[in-house]
Amino acid sequence: MTTQRTSGRRKQALAAAALVAGLLATAACGSSGGGKTSDAGYDAAGNKVVNAGTTKGGTLKFAGTQDGDSWDTTRSYYGFAWNFMRYYSRQLVTYKTEPGKSGAALQPDLATDMGKVSDGGKTYTFTLRDGISWEDGKPITSKDVKYGIERQWAQDVLSGGPVYLKDILDPNGEYQGPYQDESADKLGLKAVETPDDKTIVFHLPQVNSDFPQMLAMPSASPVRQDKDTKSKYGLHPFSSGPYKFESYEPGKSLELVRNTQWKDTSDPVRKAYPDTVSVKFFSNANDMDQRLIAGDYDLDLSQSGMSPQGRQTALKQHKGNLDNPLSGYVRYAVFPQNVKPFDNEHCRKAVIHGADHLSLQTARGGPVAGGDIGTNMLPPTVPGTEGREYDPFALAGADKNGNIAKAKEELIACGKPDGFGTTIAVRNNKPVEVATAQSLQASLKKIGVDAQIDQYDGSQTSGIVGSPSNVEKKGYGIIIDGWAADFPSVQGFGRPLWDSKYILESGNNNYALIKDEAIDELFDAYAKELDEGSKGRIARQINHKVMEGAYYLPFTYEKYLNWRSSRLTNVYMTDAYNGYDFISLGLKSSK
Amino acid sequence: MLAYLIRRLFAAAVMLVVIIMVVFGIFFLVPKWAGVDIAASFVGKQADPAAVEAVREKLGLSDPVHLQAWEFFKGIFAGRTFATGGDVVHCSAPCFGYSFKSEQAVWPVLTDRFPVTLGLALGAAVLWLVFGVAAGVLSALKRGSLWDRSAMVVALAGVSLPIYFTGMLSLATFAFGLKWFDAQYVPLGQSLGGWFGGMILPWITLAFLYAAMYARITRATMMEVLGEDYIRTARAKGLRERTVIGKHAMRSTMTPILTMLGMDLGALIGGAILTESTFNLPGLGQAVLNAIRNQDLPIILGVVLITSLSVLLANLVVDVLYAVIDPRVRLT
Amino acid sequence: MTEPGRSGAPVDGPAAASPSAASPAPSAFLDVRDLRVHFPTDDGLVKSVDGLSFRLERGRTLGIVGESGSGKSVTSLGIMGLHTAGRYGRRKARVSGEIWLNGTELLSVGADHVRKLRGREMAMIFQDPLSALHPYYTIGEQIVEAYRIHHDVGKKAARKRAIEMLDRVGIPQPDKRVDNYPHEFSGGMRQRAMIAMSLVNNPELLIADEPTTALDVTVQAQILDLIRDLQEEFGSAVIVITHDLGVVAELADDILVMYGGRCIERGPAEQVFHEPRHPYTWGLLGSMPRLDREQQDRLVPVKGSPPSLINLPSGCAFNPRCPYADVPKDDLSRTVRPELTEVGDRHWAACHMTQEQRERIWTEEIAPRL
Repeated sequence: MTTQRTSGRRKQALAAAALVAGLLATAACGSSGGGKTSDAGYDAAGNKVVNAGTTKGGTLKFAGTQDGDSWDTTRSYYGFAWNFMRYYSRQLVTYKTEPGKSGAALQPDLATDMGKVSDGGKTYTFTLRDGISWEDGKPITSKDVKYGIERQWAQDVLSGGPVYLKDILDPNGEYQGPYQDESADKLGLKAVETPDDKTIVFHLPQVNSDFPQMLAMPSASPVRQDKDTKSKYGLHPFSSGPYKFESYEPGKSLELVRNTQWKDTSDPVRKAYPDTVSVKFFSNANDMDQRLIAGDYDLDLSQSGMSPQGRQTALKQHKGNLDNPLSGYVRYAVFPQNVKPFDNEHCRKAVIHGADHLSLQTARGGPVAGGDIGTNMLPPTVPGTEGREYDPFALAGADKNGNIAKAKEELIACGKPDGFGTTIAVRNNKPVEVATAQSLQASLKKIGVDAQIDQYDGSQTSGIVGSPSNVEKKGYGIIIDGWAADFPSVQGFGRPLWDSKYILESGNNNYALIKDEAIDELFDAYAKELDEGSKGRIARQINHKVMEGAYYLPFTYEKYLNWRSSRLTNVYMTDAYNGYDFISLGLKSSK
Repeated sequence: MLAYLIRRLFAAAVMLVVIIMVVFGIFFLVPKWAGVDIAASFVGKQADPAAVEAVREKLGLSDPVHLQAWEFFKGIFAGRTFATGGDVVHCSAPCFGYSFKSEQAVWPVLTDRFPVTLGLALGAAVLWLVFGVAAGVLSALKRGSLWDRSAMVVALAGVSLPIYFTGMLSLATFAFGLKWFDAQYVPLGQSLGGWFGGMILPWITLAFLYAAMYARITRATMMEVLGEDYIRTARAKGLRERTVIGKHAMRSTMTPILTMLGMDLGALIGGAILTESTFNLPGLGQAVLNAIRNQDLPIILGVVLITSLSVLLANLVVDVLYAVIDPRVRLT
Repeated sequence: MTEPGRSGAPVDGPAAASPSAASPAPSAFLDVRDLRVHFPTDDGLVKSVDGLSFRLERGRTLGIVGESGSGKSVTSLGIMGLHTAGRYGRRKARVSGEIWLNGTELLSVGADHVRKLRGREMAMIFQDPLSALHPYYTIGEQIVEAYRIHHDVGKKAARKRAIEMLDRVGIPQPDKRVDNYPHEFSGGMRQRAMIAMSLVNNPELLIADEPTTALDVTVQAQILDLIRDLQEEFGSAVIVITHDLGVVAELADDILVMYGGRCIERGPAEQVFHEPRHPYTWGLLGSMPRLDREQQDRLVPVKGSPPSLINLPSGCAFNPRCPYADVPKDDLSRTVRPELTEVGDRHWAACHMTQEQRERIWTEEIAPRL
C-alpha cells in the first residue's frame, strides 16, 4: 500500500531532500551554544583524576543505548553492567578506585584484607568487616556471600553470567546449585565453608593465582536467600552497596537512591557522592549523544563510544569533554590451522606481512575512533603488557603499509610462490568488521592471495566459527574477530583463545586451534604463580609464544571516544572496566 | 447490518487463529529448519550446556511442534507456567509468551507500552487528518495554482523522506537548536505539559509523512468527486459552494480516507518503529527494536501478534465504518 | 400539438439575435439572447454554444433537440449558471450574451443572486438519476435540503413537504420511502424522486436534461406523462433537452434543433414535425425509434460524426454530412453560413436551399419513407 502511494518522481524528491539537508546542516550549526568549556581537556581523565571534589548530592544521570543484559549480579556479562553493579553490590575484594593501571589492582571490600592464603595457595580465608549491612539493615554474613556465589551453579535458572568460580571450585560439577540443594540452609557447596558469620573459607582443588580476580566479579556478590527471587532477581536486586533500586523499567529507565543502611565507615572503596543515580535508555544513539552534549545527561552508560555524528559535533565543539580510552578489545584476524594452507606458519606469516596495517586501522575508524595499530596480542590494559614496544612483525613500524617482499619470501617458504585462494569469515552485523575484511582482501590481492569474503550470521557465532569442523568445511582460512578480558590478567584474556584444553567442538574460542604444549604449561604455571612480578613475566612469555606462532594478525587496540560532562567530579578511567569508574563519580553542585 | 457484522466478526475470528498459527510457525519452525538453536540464543556468552538444556525444557522446545503451538494458544486464554531447576515462573492469562531475556511476561510489556504507541498514533492521526485533508481539499479546489504545486511538492517530500531523517531534522531544529520542546517522553499521568512537549515533535514528524499521503489522496479523490453528477445536482439546488464542498463532496471524499486511516492506524499501533526509535518513545515499536537487538523472540512474537491483531481489528472497524458511511455497503 | 388559446410567441424571429447592452428587459418569461458559451482549452477555444437565442413563456414547453455535443446541455447549464459555479482551477467557461429570467438578467446580477434563484426559480432534472442523487444521503434528506435552502422552515415541515412531493410524483408509501437511499429505488422511482426534488420549490422554469434516456422504455412514457401533468399543475415553463425527437413529440409546444452550438431550425412542434425545413432535422426524424418499424428501415440516419466545436466547418456547419450540400448553387453551402430565415408561421430554419427545393425533397424523398 505504501509503495503505491510513493511517487516515482525521484528528481523532485531528491531536490527536496537536498533542500532539507541544507536546513539540517544549518540547524545543527545553530545548536552549538550548549556546553560551556570549563572542562579539563581532551583525554584528561585517561590517566588522572579530573575535577577532584567531595561535594555530595545531586542526581548523576546516565544515558544508554542498551539496557544491561541483566542487573542480577550473577547473570550479567556486560562490562558496563559490572562497573555499574558496584553501586548496589559489594564483593569480598574489588578493584581500587584509582586511575588507569592501578585501577586494575585489587583491594579488600567486604573483607578486612586480601585473604589469608594457605595450603600452597589452595585455601583462602576471609574475615568480614564490621558494620556491613543489607538495605534492610540486617548484617551481611559470610553465609550470604556463600549463597551469592552458589547461585553461579544454578545455570539452568540463572544463565548468562561468568562461571569462573564454578569451574575453579567445583571442576567436576558435583554441586547442583542452591535451588536443588537438599540441605536445609541451601549451603551445600563443599568447597566453601562458613565457620561463623564473619568468616568464609575457600578450598580450591587446584591453585589459581587469578582467584581473587574471580572474587572481584559481581557474580561473587552476596545474595540473601530470603530475598532471592531467582530468575527475577535482576528486576530488583537486594542492595549491599550504597545505593538501592528505586525503580526499574526494562529498556526504559533505572533509578537508584541512597541505601540509608550503608555506612561509609564500613566501605573503603565507595564514596557515594550523588544522592540519586539514574539511567535513561535511548533507542536513537544520535539523539542520546546530542543530549549528552547539551548537558541533559552526564555520561554514556555503555562506555562504548559516541555515534559518528555525535563524535563529529563533540570533536569540533567540545573536544575538552572527550576522553579517548582503550576499550580493552584487541581486533584481529585469526588463522585456523585446520584450513590449508594455514597449517603452514609461513603462509600465515605471508598474510601478516602482506596486510596493510594502516588501511586496516583506517577501516576500523582511524586512530581516534578505531584505535592504535595493534602490534601483539596482549592488550595494553592487561598486566604484563609491553604495549606497542613489542612489535615482532613491525606492524606499527617500518612495515605499517605491509611488506610485500617479505610476504613473497614467506609464500615461497610455504610452497605457494604464486599465492593461494582462501575465505575470510566476518560477522554480517558489524559494518566495521566487514570494511576491515574488505581492506584485508584488497591488500592480500597484491601478494597473490585471493580471498573471498563470507559474511556469516553474527548472532550465531558459536555454531559457525565456534565449530572447528564447520570452519574446516567452509574453508575459513581467515576469521575476523575481537576479544577482551573478563578480568585483567593474561589468563582472563588469553586462556580461552590459546590454551589447547579450551578447544571445543562447539562454542570454541581457540579458533586458531593452537596446540602448543609450551603455552599450555605457561598457563598452568601462571595459575600457580602468586607473585605479581612473575605473573607479568609469564604473561609476556605467553604473548611472545602466540606471536611467534603467527596465529594472529592484530589490527588495533581498540579505542573509544567517550563523553564526560563538565558537571562531573572525580572522573577517571579504570583499566578494570575500561571506562570511567562509575562508583567514584560525583557532581560539582548538588543541584 | 447485523448479518453483515456477524459475518465480518466471524471472518476476523478465523483470521485471528490463522495469524496466530502463521506467526507461531514463523518464529518457532523457521529457526528449526534453518538449524538455529533458539535455546542457545537465550543463554549468554558462556553457553553452559545445562543452561541451554534448561531453557529448551522451559520453553518446551523439545516437544513436538503441534504441542508447542497448542501450549502457546492455550496460554493466551488460560495462562502458562514455566518451570525448571527449582524456579517456577507463572505467566498469567492472557499469556503471549515469556521473555527469558528480560524475565518478564510479554503481555504486561505490551500493555505497558501500548498507550505510548496509541498516543503517538492517535495524536499524529489527528494532525495528519486535519492538515493532510485540508491541504488536499485546497489543492483540489485550486488545482494548478501556486498553492497546489507547492503543496504537492511538499507532499512529495513528505512521502519520500524517511522518518529518521525528518525526525532528526526536527530534533536538531526544535529541540537542540531552538529549544522549543524538550522532546523527551514523559508519561501522560506524570505531566500533561511534559507529555505534550515530548509528543509534539514525534506527532509532527509522523503526521508529516502521512499528511503528505493523505493530501495526495484527498486531492485526487476530491477532484474525482467534484466531477460527479450529484455535485452538480447539489449546485443546481442552489446550495452555497461551501455546503457543496463541505458536505456533499467531503462526505464522499472521506470514504477512502477513512479506509486508509483505519489501515494506517492499525499498522501504526503495531509499532511506529522508526518514529519511536528516533524519538526514544517507549512504545511497542521501540520494544520490538530492542527485542530484535537482544534476540528476544517472545517479545518479537508478541509484538508481531499485536500488530497483526490491530491490523485485523482496524480492518473490522473500517468495514463497519464503511457500512455506516456508505449505505450501499450494508446490503452486500 | 400547440394548444390553442395559449398566449405569447415563445419562439421569436432573428430580431432577438442581435444583442445590445441597452436592450430593454423583455416581456417574455425566459429570454435568451445571443448566448455564447466558450471553453478555452489547450487545443483552442471550444465554442459549445455560439449565438443562441430563444424565448419561452410560463406554461409552455420547449424541446431542445440535437446530438451529443450540439450544445444543448451546455445551454441548459448556462441558464442555470452552472458553468461558473464550482469550476475550480481549470480555465473558466466564458459565457456571454443575455439570459433574462422573469425580468432579471442572470449573467450580470452576480453569482450569489443566481445561486438563490437556482432551485427556487429554476430547477433541473438530470439524465441519470442514480449518479445525480448523492449515494450517501436518503432521498428525504436530499429533498429536505433542497427545500430548506430556499425556505426558512424546520426539518419536520420540510420532511412533510418532501413526503407530499414524493406522493405527488407517484411514489407509493412516500412516508416510508422518504428514508430510503437512492440505491434502494428503481430507476423510474429515482427519476420521480429527482423530479420531486426539482419541483419542491415550485420553480417557474424547469429544465429536464435527457430526463428519460437512462430509463427503460415503459418507464420513459410514465415519466414524460408525469412531467406533462406537473407542468399543467404548476404552470411552469419547461425546457426538455433530448437527442430523441420522440420525447419532444410527447411534450413540447415548440422545438429548437441545435447543431454545432447553433440553432438550425425552430418552430412550433407541429410544424417542425410535419414540415421540417432543414436536412439535419430530417435526419433526426429518420433516426427516431418507432414502434411500428424495424430498426434497419430507418430512412435518413445522420451519417458521419458531429463537427469539431473548435473548427466548425466553413459555410453551413452541417455541409460535410448533408446529402444535399450540392443543391444550392455557387458552392454556397461550403462558403457562406446560412442565417435563420422564416419558413412558416413562427417557423425558422437555416439552410441555403430554397423553400421550394426543401419542400420538394421533403414531400417527395423524405416524408414517404418515414
